[in-house]
Amino acid sequence: MSIRLRLIVVLTLVTGVLWMSAVLWIAGSTRAQVERVLDARLAESANMVSSLISDRRIAVEAEGPARVPMPATADLSRQLSCQIWSLRGDLIGASQGAPDARMALTEGFSTTVIDGVPWRVYAVRNQQLGVRVIVGDRVDMRDGLVAGVVSRLLWPAAVLFPLLAGLIWLSVGRGLAPLAQLEAALRARRPDDLRPLPDARDPREIRPVRRALNRLFQQLDQIRRTERDFTAFAAHELKTPLAGLRIQAQVARRAADAATRDRALDAIAVSVDRSDRMVRQLLELAAIDHESAPSGPLDPAALIAEIVQDAQAQASAAQVRLVVRAEPLDPIHAPRVLMHSALRNLVENAIQHSPPGGQVTVMASRGASGLCLAVTDQGPGIAPEDRHRVTRRFWRGRAATGQGSGLGLAIVAAAVAHLGARLDLDAPDGGQTVRITLPDPARRS
Amino acid sequence: MRLLIVEDDPVLSDGLRVGLGLSGFTADAVGTLADARAALRDNDFAGVVLDVMLPDGLGTTLLAEMRAAGQTLPVLLLTARDRVRDRVEGLDAGADDHLGKPFDLDELAARLRAMLRRHQGRARPLLHWNGIDLDPAALTATRDGAALRLSRREFAILHALIDQPGRILSRAQLEERLYGWQEDVESNTVEVHVHHLRAKLGRDVIQTVRGVGYRVAGAG
Repeated sequence: MSIRLRLIVVLTLVTGVLWMSAVLWIAGSTRAQVERVLDARLAESANMVSSLISDRRIAVEAEGPARVPMPATADLSRQLSCQIWSLRGDLIGASQGAPDARMALTEGFSTTVIDGVPWRVYAVRNQQLGVRVIVGDRVDMRDGLVAGVVSRLLWPAAVLFPLLAGLIWLSVGRGLAPLAQLEAALRARRPDDLRPLPDARDPREIRPVRRALNRLFQQLDQIRRTERDFTAFAAHELKTPLAGLRIQAQVARRAADAATRDRALDAIAVSVDRSDRMVRQLLELAAIDHESAPSGPLDPAALIAEIVQDAQAQASAAQVRLVVRAEPLDPIHAPRVLMHSALRNLVENAIQHSPPGGQVTVMASRGASGLCLAVTDQGPGIAPEDRHRVTRRFWRGRAATGQGSGLGLAIVAAAVAHLGARLDLDAPDGGQTVRITLPDPARRS
Repeated sequence: MRLLIVEDDPVLSDGLRVGLGLSGFTADAVGTLADARAALRDNDFAGVVLDVMLPDGLGTTLLAEMRAAGQTLPVLLLTARDRVRDRVEGLDAGADDHLGKPFDLDELAARLRAMLRRHQGRARPLLHWNGIDLDPAALTATRDGAALRLSRREFAILHALIDQPGRILSRAQLEERLYGWQEDVESNTVEVHVHHLRAKLGRDVIQTVRGVGYRVAGAG
């Protein structure tokens, strides 16, 4: 249900109920007021008749009933009927249209039913003349009078109510206009338009929505930019080795001397190896990003031994010594694939950046904050201003060796993020240490 | 024709240097924008082969700097993404030509020759001077229709001189055209090549301007 419809229904219903209550209350109090006025008129009329006959200005024959001629109309001004009874119980006189039956047996106000018609009567006793003056009017006449008054009050109310509903409709529409504007602005945008919404003089309620939307746009833009960068870098990183391969193949084919040809063929072999590694790393990165790795019990020392064993060939080729310093550790529960990716890339990276004759140390220990795995090399280290960039995909330092794909630390960072671990880079005196701290499962949850 | 290659990938960079050398160019290679700036400041190149993505920034940044400084040196961009937008961006940044990776060595050499030719205000691919025809693409020379057998270096010296007839080129200028940084220059090698050229073309073709350098007579 739209906010507009909801507001209109609620406002109209509430207003309607209040309006009806007000109308009923006014009708009720008007009816009571009119009854009171009519009762007062009854009493006054009875007293007036009584005083008129007391002054003898009107003769009342004691002998027989007399009819004062009065036109019998339904006119409201002629509704009163008057009877004068002797105290003995004889009808002395009556107004025309008055019933023959005695209208009241008691003095004061009362209600009588005569011939099936209810009357409101007032009786007053004139002790001096020995008569009782009774004045009454028909209740249905009274009701007609009251109904006339109340209906004149109700008509404007009934006419005004739809007008009120219309005003509610318009006001709600106007009140919700900023929402409609926001919606129009959003609908008019192209899907790739991620600029922030322009500052408008929004009402206070809309402002947080616009701010939240702008934040979202900004994040999306960032993600899109990163993705675009990734595509551009991936294109560059994949096509450059291909260009190298092709050109070296052409050089090899047309080289006049064997030395040039052999160099070109060697370059081709190197380039194929590097491309292979890059493709492997890209697939590894994609797997870390998109696949959930199963957790299992894992012996850190065994994992390190396995990785060091695998890296031995690369280390020997680079004349780098691999040293392991691992405390005896309890098995941990972690996704093996991620741990393996992170640690292997760290070790390969360290070997790559080590000078010939250098040493790469792999350490494992249990610290206060959890399991700590660290790889230290004796290379040039990562410049402090580059530390925040090294985990970016395809980023290579200025002192790049030309062998790296720029993906190693990106893979480490992605795996570490999935492991819920922490990655620290610091450069001790010479070289570079990269440390992964894996919190204990109890702490992690 | 001496070229500067700005490419950070060692295999491609090496391939370009050697491959362009086989195509009759002399090429030097650098891997970063900073090195490229220094090389351009200190040397006289005929053209630049520029990669777009380099470790310390974008090739187009260097290109824009060069153009802002009023350098008209022709530049060929190597792009990984060969989309229309990338090409337009490169050309608008001031590139004279572009080539998407991977590319053919012959196409690169042909594009470089065309680019350098246009830069010199020449439309004809062949050079012609006093009955001598040089084909820089095929690295062949003929005199009055008869083929001349020239070595690569001899061809380069004749090419440099015939390119601008009447202009005197010093020995150092000729050496720069012949050798990249990685090649050792023997002290009298230009004289040796000129001597060989004179033996093949006749004594009067290349004139020695004593104490200055060499030239061929103006107005071919």
